[in-house]
Amino acid sequence: MADTKEMKKVLFGPILDNNPIGLQVLGICSALAVTGSMQKALIMTIAVTLVTAFSSLFISMIRNQIPNAVRIIVQMAIIASLVILVDQCLKAFAYQMSKELSVFVGLIITNCIVMGRAEAYAMKEPPLMSFLDGIGNGIGYGAMLMAVAFFRELLSKGSLFDVQIMPLLRDGGWYQANGLLVLPFSSFFVIGLIIWAIRQYKPEQVEKD
Amino acid sequence: MEHYISLFIKVVFVENMALSFFLGMCTFLAVSKKISTAIGLGVAVTFVLAIAVPANQVIYHAVLAPNALGEGIDLSFLSFITYIGVIAALVQVVEMILDKYMPVLYNALGIFLPLITVNCAIFGGVAFMVQRNYNFGESVVFGIGSGVGWTLAIVLMAAVREKLKYADIPDGLKGLGITFITAGLMALGFQSFGGISL
Repeated sequence: MADTKEMKKVLFGPILDNNPIGLQVLGICSALAVTGSMQKALIMTIAVTLVTAFSSLFISMIRNQIPNAVRIIVQMAIIASLVILVDQCLKAFAYQMSKELSVFVGLIITNCIVMGRAEAYAMKEPPLMSFLDGIGNGIGYGAMLMAVAFFRELLSKGSLFDVQIMPLLRDGGWYQANGLLVLPFSSFFVIGLIIWAIRQYKPEQVEKD
Repeated sequence: MEHYISLFIKVVFVENMALSFFLGMCTFLAVSKKISTAIGLGVAVTFVLAIAVPANQVIYHAVLAPNALGEGIDLSFLSFITYIGVIAALVQVVEMILDKYMPVLYNALGIFLPLITVNCAIFGGVAFMVQRNYNFGESVVFGIGSGVGWTLAIVLMAAVREKLKYADIPDGLKGLGITFITAGLMALGFQSFGGISL
């Protein structure tokens, strides 16, 4: 049984040391599209974390039974079933949100984080550790998502979770909203700058040519 | 005919898969180091999209759509798992064809060929096709057009990155960081197509 220190490393490592978006280049598509508001980002984080954690758990449980040749199809089947569950839950309990996220819930299937962790970790490690690894990577992904959403929502609408923090000029306040950050591609700049900040803080992540 | 041409132009420029919807970003950022590999991958993605979108259109309307198999039968909750199955099978076929007839391209693509399965551009294309309720002809045009658009974007990106090698970039921004910012600027450029209505 792995000790607590190992568990802690698996759980919290992906936030800064081995961030899925910042270092592993996984799961970028959805990171760009759903970061317009904190609320969307939070829902997406929860969905991705759940899917990654449980797919890693199940894949790890049957890892010794899966023949190598068909492993991708098996992984896909497990991941797709879990995503269908998440999608149906969202439609049932948060219909408005599921409309706003549109195809991006379905795209969790092809989110490389889920697949990448299944392939790189869950196929080799026991269930409990894989489960924690899934949660850890979900949180790492979520941390990046929330950070981007924080800047985008705050600077473009002056609000966080739809609560007005900085009163806008057009409502008689003092903050001039930055229209650039409403547009989805602004998250490219935000992520690029966050990566720069992380690498400045942890120079060992800097890429050699 | 006019309708199809305008749809094609629209998916290539105005609704570019990579730069307007940010689909297929993982491979877009990871494989865009060299123009030649970028072109190869673009062709493979276009090919898979051109077949996967119409194939899934037929399957969706024949089997999965509400009331398709009979009154009151709604299998649309199975849609994700069906799409991904069709895409995975297609990628397998493309892989075998490339291995036999174009070994150079096959070796150049390496691990990224099987990864087309999880390229969100393909899945996104299929999902958009269903959401927008395209008919068969439209879905063929949409599939090819979105593939061409994606190829255009990744080749442009690779061209910029080949030049960037000679630029003096701060250490922390090297590699991924500057790639993100470049992609953002390119998306900003593509944004200007947004005003065109066809």
